[in-house]
Amino acid sequence: MLINQFLLLGAVLFCIGVYGVIARRNAVLVLMSIELILNSVNINLLAFALRNGADIAGHTFALYVIAVAAAEVGVGLAIVLLIYRNRRSIALDELSTMKG
Amino acid sequence: MVAQNIAFGIIAAIMVIAAIRVVTTRNIVHAALWLVLVLAGASAQYILLAAEFLAATQILVYVGAIMVLFLFGTMLTRAQIGREGNLDNRSRVPAVLVALVLAGLLGFVLIDGFRREKLPEDPVVRTTQELSDSIFGVYAIPFWALSVVLTAAVIGAIVLARKD
Repeated sequence: MLINQFLLLGAVLFCIGVYGVIARRNAVLVLMSIELILNSVNINLLAFALRNGADIAGHTFALYVIAVAAAEVGVGLAIVLLIYRNRRSIALDELSTMKG
Repeated sequence: MVAQNIAFGIIAAIMVIAAIRVVTTRNIVHAALWLVLVLAGASAQYILLAAEFLAATQILVYVGAIMVLFLFGTMLTRAQIGREGNLDNRSRVPAVLVALVLAGLLGFVLIDGFRREKLPEDPVVRTTQELSDSIFGVYAIPFWALSVVLTAAVIGAIVLARKD
């Protein structure tokens, strides 16, 4: 196995996630795209952990990334819920209250 | 080695197709279900990368917990579940451009940097014991910080979402 096949898979998933974050209008779908990005990061971390051999730091930090992602989704969905309760809509392009 | 490469190819193709469906489908529940496929595929890739504990954690945390959160979020924020036309905003064309430029850039850098460098033929499978030694040994302080972050996030989510 080449290291590049895993890194390129991570890069492709990252780009798809970036597309989703920019193009999606629904806040829940934007959070899902962020999950795609975090997963591509994890694949990269584990590929480099396998390449470096003796070091297990890649595995440790991949685990930490999973935990941070769980925290992020929890808070993110709570915020989305609050926005929905106040405005009856979670379309992100209508949220221009903080625009200068 | 050939078997691993074939497995990688099949899983990677499934993951990329499912990921594209996540960002293009017009139904939020379908997007969540396609995301399950991507996450399970990532777990299979972790096994190919000799990280079995991470693969199990991926299934438990992502497919088990985060996906339920997403489905609840969908349920609580939408009057009807089904097809909807306006899930994308007006910046689709710039988004495609950004994604393509980014993919070209990353692909060029990776192919130029690593060329045909191989992963070790006979990978050492990392045991859970080694991983826990690392978490509670060298990286104990990030672990504590992470515990505080998780507690704060959970309490914050409860405070935000409760009604009064």
